[in-house]
Amino acid sequence: MLLIRCPYCEEERPELEFRNAGEAHIARPTNIAAESEDDFEKFFFIRSNPKGVIYERWRHIHGCARFFNAVRDTVTDKFVMTYKAGEPRPAKLPGASK
Amino acid sequence: MNASFRISGAGRLSQAKTASFSFDGKSYLGIEGDTLASALLANGVHLVGRSFKYHRPRGFLSAGAEEPNALVQIVRDDARKTPNVRATVQELYDGLTANSQNRWPSLAFDVGAVNDIASPMFSAGFYYKTFMWPKSAWLNFYEPKIRATAGLGVSPDRPDPDHYAARYAHCDVLVLGGGAAGIAAALAAAETGVRVILADEQAEFGGSLRFESGARIDGEDGFAWAQAAIAKLKAMDNVRVLSRTTAFGYYAQNFVGLVERVSDHLKSPGRELARERLWQVRAKRVVLATGAIERHMVFANNDRPGVMLASAARTYLNHYGVAVGRNVGVYTANDSAYAAAIDLRKAGVNVAAIVDLRDNPSGAVIDEARSLGIEINFGRAVVSAGGKLRVSSMTVQPKNGGGERRIAVDAILMSAGWTPSVHLFSQSRGKVAFNEEARRFVPGTYAQDCVSVGACNGTDGLEATVDEAYAAGAQAARDAGGKDSSGKMGKGAKPKVDASESWSRGMLGAAPGAGPGTTVKAFVDFQNDVTAKDIRQAVHEGMHSIEHVKRFTTNGMATDQGKTSNMHGLAIAAETLGKPIPQVGLTTFRAPYTPVTFGSIVGHARGALFDPTRRTATHGWAAAQGAVFEDVGQWKRAWYFPKAGEDMHAAVNRECVTVRKAAGLFDASTLGKIEVVGPDAAKFMELLYTNPWEKLEPGRCRYGIMLREDGFIYDDGVVGRLAPDRFHVTTTTGGAPRVMHHMEDYLQTEFPHLNVWLTSITEQWAVIAVQGPSARKIIEPLVEGIDMSDEALPHMSVREGKICGVPTRLFRMSFTGERGFEVNVPADYGEAVWEALWTEGQKHGATAYGTETMHVLRAEKGYIIVGQDTDGTVTPNDAGLDWAVGKKKTDFVGIRGMMRADLVANGRKQLVGLKTKDPKVVLEEGAQIVEDPKQAIPMKMIGHVTSSYWSENCGRSIALALVAGGRDRMGQTLYVPMPNGTIEVEVTGMVFVDEKGERLNG
Ligand SMILES: [Zn+2]
Repeated sequence: MLLIRCPYCEEERPELEFRNAGEAHIARPTNIAAESEDDFEKFFFIRSNPKGVIYERWRHIHGCARFFNAVRDTVTDKFVMTYKAGEPRPAKLPGASK
Repeated sequence: MNASFRISGAGRLSQAKTASFSFDGKSYLGIEGDTLASALLANGVHLVGRSFKYHRPRGFLSAGAEEPNALVQIVRDDARKTPNVRATVQELYDGLTANSQNRWPSLAFDVGAVNDIASPMFSAGFYYKTFMWPKSAWLNFYEPKIRATAGLGVSPDRPDPDHYAARYAHCDVLVLGGGAAGIAAALAAAETGVRVILADEQAEFGGSLRFESGARIDGEDGFAWAQAAIAKLKAMDNVRVLSRTTAFGYYAQNFVGLVERVSDHLKSPGRELARERLWQVRAKRVVLATGAIERHMVFANNDRPGVMLASAARTYLNHYGVAVGRNVGVYTANDSAYAAAIDLRKAGVNVAAIVDLRDNPSGAVIDEARSLGIEINFGRAVVSAGGKLRVSSMTVQPKNGGGERRIAVDAILMSAGWTPSVHLFSQSRGKVAFNEEARRFVPGTYAQDCVSVGACNGTDGLEATVDEAYAAGAQAARDAGGKDSSGKMGKGAKPKVDASESWSRGMLGAAPGAGPGTTVKAFVDFQNDVTAKDIRQAVHEGMHSIEHVKRFTTNGMATDQGKTSNMHGLAIAAETLGKPIPQVGLTTFRAPYTPVTFGSIVGHARGALFDPTRRTATHGWAAAQGAVFEDVGQWKRAWYFPKAGEDMHAAVNRECVTVRKAAGLFDASTLGKIEVVGPDAAKFMELLYTNPWEKLEPGRCRYGIMLREDGFIYDDGVVGRLAPDRFHVTTTTGGAPRVMHHMEDYLQTEFPHLNVWLTSITEQWAVIAVQGPSARKIIEPLVEGIDMSDEALPHMSVREGKICGVPTRLFRMSFTGERGFEVNVPADYGEAVWEALWTEGQKHGATAYGTETMHVLRAEKGYIIVGQDTDGTVTPNDAGLDWAVGKKKTDFVGIRGMMRADLVANGRKQLVGLKTKDPKVVLEEGAQIVEDPKQAIPMKMIGHVTSSYWSENCGRSIALALVAGGRDRMGQTLYVPMPNGTIEVEVTGMVFVDEKGERLNG
């Protein structure tokens, strides 16, 4: 079982308290009704699914219930870092070589 | 029975404490502290099982967890018949009953042994070849035959009556393995004051000190030192010592699963004791001290009972006081088997000869064997073992060929060298590295915060092991935040090794006589009956990766996971391929290290404790009325309320008719309820639902549809606006948690600028639906402060007031098509208000009704159930709910998805009603619909039935269905092909009762 650090609770908690909520930093278009088919496809269906570092959303659903962002390595399952919802994608990852 | 192989003065067990046991119906005597294996050996019993594929007689290979052969069934009672127990691990208790497995009719005469003679049929890859053709034969012939003859024991046929405990634990340093290395590491870590857990799979700590008679530490015999050290550790508050505890899985972030065998070794474990306890440990640092496992020699008939690992023979002698034979032979490629010969010789056992593959080894241990008068043959090989049910001889030949000599023996002790136990290290995702010089894989690159010490790290010799382990234990404690052992707690000293045994390297792969070109049965993997020839054949047939060789031959795939066989198999494959071992690669080790019971994983989560049960406030009342309940998610819901003599059909018919004629009471408490509150509540509702909300007046309700962003229906429910800034939202019963999650997601991440709070109130409010023409008359006398006239409280409105003196949110709404109300009261008052309403209802001929009647009544009105009539690919338009989408809205979740080309195309499946041509026929939900029943199979399916019931009110069956272009097919005849014939149906509208909706106000 993974340990995940909730950036709101500011502590590591067991994976059971969390729920994954898909890839992060995909903003809903402000005028979504006017989006083209292609743009809507990119927004709603297309995900990067990388082998390696992924930016994704998690929710501390059985804790503070907040959504936050996490950087995880999909190969090792290791969490590189977590940060609050709304914060920008970190420019530099701690200890990352990739 | 006379325990004639017990050597007086040898071993550590007290001869006074005897225990009787039976094996295959025969009674024997053992001693407390024995394993089943040592007790059987003390009685001269070597034959304990038949092999999996060839049914060859098998005995004990080892004295530990790596045992591939001696699998038995332990029987306590009818419900406790544990198969595949390793006799070398099972501790003896008085009255133990064990049976051999995989033999018929008896162990000594097994019909299945014909497989041994027919073995060419069963060579490598036989699973993939022999049973492939004809296809039908697999089901009818091969599989049943294989299952009958190749069983690994028999499962108990009753529920497991034992209980299993579980613990979570956190520690600074977790030490896995309680031999010299693990104990030294634990001592060093514990002395710093950090929290330490030390676990070992054996009943007693000491690891190889159990048999290494030459080890002395701190002036004591090695095993005695280990016991003293464990006593010291147990006395420390910061240390937990777990014996009989196997670390079976090493997971991410130093999360380690351990199983503690709590009571399998006891004669009569009381109910207060769990059978096993699962420990889920999170450790800051892990010290792996898992030791090494001795390898066997690969030669012809090396599986005969009596042929075993040298270290096993030493363990049986030095720990259990049992000689494994009276006239033993030794076959080795390294030094450690000499110690076995010496120990046995000193105990009075004749050692017929030592056969050593090496040409001219030298050393103290060899000199000592020679001085004891033991015959030693260098540069020779044992090319075959004689005997069948028990080894009777060994045939010796110069290793490069030449004259054979047959030596009579009753046991052969073998050692090809030692394989570091890197299983847990490998599970931690560490990468092993091949040490060319020592020809073994050792931990290379670490993936987690752990360290390997001693034999599992390829460290040779007791002194080096203790030094390394002690330093690593101290370092792990420091890394975990402990103080240095020279600090406050530091009063320990590194254990001093006074004497240890000599150590040398061994060999990998097939021994001479079983090499390339030979076809002898020289076993590599005993449990899966894989021979050296099989491995070569796999390579010849094109398996060039060790992962392929493994799967083709099944080498290392049995329950012992190749603890003794992997390295031999790899070496033979590498030799056949002409490649160096590291290029062929080692297979990945996976959890569990040794088999784990389902019980220990499941723990208490079984039966009623498997999943929480949710009951509504009226559950007790409904149960007392004789209601039949159904599970809806975790909820228990009253399904129907049968009166005396009624079956389900009769009860539901009566309930349905009574609701429309008089009234009915229904517990709707399980509906999800969310309060949406705040200055921006209406704006939020506008974004989350398709409907317009800004203009909904406080006190009014609206049926809302929630979409996902892709435009498909996600949930629905009636929403009441209690105040400009307060909405009482209802959701489907099953959808409540995900709707809340969905709302929170948008509120927190997409619309965080909205000032809104969401609160789940599902369990705060009990909901009593009162439906039917008499509904108002039933409620009115109990209500205070609410004008219930049609003018003041029209359909789809909500008022706050009091009922029976307690607060209520009274909704005028209907899921039946009748005049209806849903009385919300705080859940604690739910039962009392229900009973008051019931008393009033009785005056008007009301019935209580359950979920089945609720379903029929709503289907009669064409009201959909999300998740039954929709399946995640249905748009509001498909469901005929276009009217609920705000046409002037510029944004809501799903607005763009709903406009996708495919979602507005013609020919989509649409919800319609179906009437069977024969009104008595009730369609099956899920049944497929076709246009032309005479077309060829596979027919083109144009839709399916989503809801179908007998409607007593309509006097016929009714159904809802999703049908391609359904609304353009009104009046068309379609067909529902079923196994017993095709059913004709007519496409109709979705409303079967009161099409104009007059009864809502009637
Ligand atoms: Zn949190």
